[in-house]
Amino acid sequence: MKINKYVITTAATNSFVHAFLIIVSATCIFPLLWMLGSSLKTQSTVFSDMSLFPSTMQWKNYLVAWTEGGFGVYFLNSVFYTVTVVFGIIMVSSWAAYAFSRMNFPGKNIFFFMFLGAMMIPLPGAFVPLYVLVNNARNFLLNGLAAATPVLLRVLPDAFVYGSVRFIEEQLFPRSAYILCMINVGLSLSIYMLKTFFDKMPKELEDAARIDGCSRMGIWRHVALPLAKPAIAVITIYNALNVWNEYILANLILPSKSLMPLQRGLMVFQGEHVTQYPLLMAGMTITVLPILIIYLAMQRFIIKGITAGAVVG
Amino acid sequence: MAVLADKIKKIYNFFHDAAPKWKAGAVVFLLVALELAFLKFHDSRFIWVTVYGLVTVSLLFVLIANFAKRTFGMFVFILPALAIFATFYIYPFFKVLQLSHNAWDGIAPTMDFIGLGNFKEIMQDKIWWGAMRNAGYITLIALTFQNILALSLAMACDRQIKAKNMYRVIFFIPPVLSEVVVGLIWRWIYDGDYGLLNYALASMGFKDLVHNWLSDPKTALTCVAIIHCWKGFGWGFMILLAGLQTIPKELYEAARVDGANVWQTFKNVTIPLMIPVFVLVAILTILGTMQVFVLILSMTGGGPGYHTEVPVTRILASMQGSSMFGYACAQGITFGFILMLVSFAQIGLSRKLKQA
Repeated sequence: MKINKYVITTAATNSFVHAFLIIVSATCIFPLLWMLGSSLKTQSTVFSDMSLFPSTMQWKNYLVAWTEGGFGVYFLNSVFYTVTVVFGIIMVSSWAAYAFSRMNFPGKNIFFFMFLGAMMIPLPGAFVPLYVLVNNARNFLLNGLAAATPVLLRVLPDAFVYGSVRFIEEQLFPRSAYILCMINVGLSLSIYMLKTFFDKMPKELEDAARIDGCSRMGIWRHVALPLAKPAIAVITIYNALNVWNEYILANLILPSKSLMPLQRGLMVFQGEHVTQYPLLMAGMTITVLPILIIYLAMQRFIIKGITAGAVVG
Repeated sequence: MAVLADKIKKIYNFFHDAAPKWKAGAVVFLLVALELAFLKFHDSRFIWVTVYGLVTVSLLFVLIANFAKRTFGMFVFILPALAIFATFYIYPFFKVLQLSHNAWDGIAPTMDFIGLGNFKEIMQDKIWWGAMRNAGYITLIALTFQNILALSLAMACDRQIKAKNMYRVIFFIPPVLSEVVVGLIWRWIYDGDYGLLNYALASMGFKDLVHNWLSDPKTALTCVAIIHCWKGFGWGFMILLAGLQTIPKELYEAARVDGANVWQTFKNVTIPLMIPVFVLVAILTILGTMQVFVLILSMTGGGPGYHTEVPVTRILASMQGSSMFGYACAQGITFGFILMLVSFAQIGLSRKLKQA
């Protein structure tokens, strides 16, 4: 290649651009590295040792954080909520989006606009009514259970009746209330994203399936859903992030500590006066790691999905 | 039966074919009528029976219309979504309306009806409007600083350079992290006594700049705003990059052939074609930033004083801190109303920009 003015200016601009990008990338990654490094220091060295990674790694911080913060329970809770909410959102929103995109029936437009309008309502503004709603539903349920218990006691063994009443009261109800709330939070956007995706999909395949005698539900299950995989990947990741990182709503709705998601565990290490930074950082690393791994594994889909969504919008 | 079905079909079609402005007008009229009726008949049960009755009747009406048109098999598809929607939006919607006119502590079985008292109190609530101003300040910084950063990064990544994908992956890491975690890390970095930032400043010789970043009223809000931008610029970057990549390369070539320099190309080719994307990013930024609160709770908790309070933290404070549930609802309505006005203004503005 001949060295001329053009080559030199391009090389110069490119290295300038790279320098800019690298600096910003460094600010993106550095806090994470700092968190990781600090999680390996001890409470006494964490404020004096300013090196990124200490010479002696305190790996046992992770063990202590896991047991002391009660992360075992919280972790399982978070996984449970994330999986159920994402599954629920995919089912409900793909049904609704498919109907909104492909079918024509009374009420279609008005309900679609209602869903769109719901996207504009800020969730925090609805905290009070959600709290009231869940409380009222709980009272309603408790009254119902209290009325039903004497009747049930006549036909079923005592231990079973009391056990199941307690199970409904302490586990089933709060968990399902929280899960439904979170499904509702992610529903509007997911319906909108899936609908725009279905709108762009060719209709011929569905027509072919219909001619072959496939039912509506069959077409949704065997034709539309497999074709919508990229869009479903995006709403999966988007909602998984949302649920995994959610904390305020959980704090509001869930009555006991044993039902809380991961973020709750972090509060243990922040005392009134002393924050145990190494343990806190270890706990945060535990919180962040799963979602970071999922993101890095599926980043291709996320980037594609956002790109597609942006071009549509 | 067939006659009834026919009638319902006709009524349905009448509403369905009405012009959009009449539909919007009808919605506003219904809301105002509901508010007036509620102010007048607040102590009778009758009004709530009527309201929930009307909602049920209109849902039933749609159901029957579906049976009449033989489209119930299709309607089934949206039933689960509709059920969740009705529980978590329609009921809370009316509940908010009711609660915002009452003084209620969240526990007592009865509430005190105080009419528009809560809203009057909001009008005089200096902390609330201060919080609103803080949110506006953060939004302004996000709109300018964050989006200019995102745009310049997107333009840098739009060139033919190596490791493009790696940068894209890295820039989207902050949005993936939870706000609690981000807030806690940065709170420590900003910390006055043990913070990394002060340590770095001191060791580089800027001893004058060392201070307690998050407890100083002058710097706290800006520090929080910068972290919000740090966490959010990945979204803008991604969307702007996607927009930039849809611009045909021929246009840039044509501009270069015509002798345009970099700045002229940017001004006359990139900006006009990117306006719809800019509008989208602006709307997302404003709606996202106005509702920020977890980051603030984990970084400053609203302090020092009320210098980093935002509307949502105020709503939470009225609810959990001082147990004024009615007041919190009124704040929620005010906040939602303001956000809605902002969104409508933006949609109108974007239409004008698209026509120009």
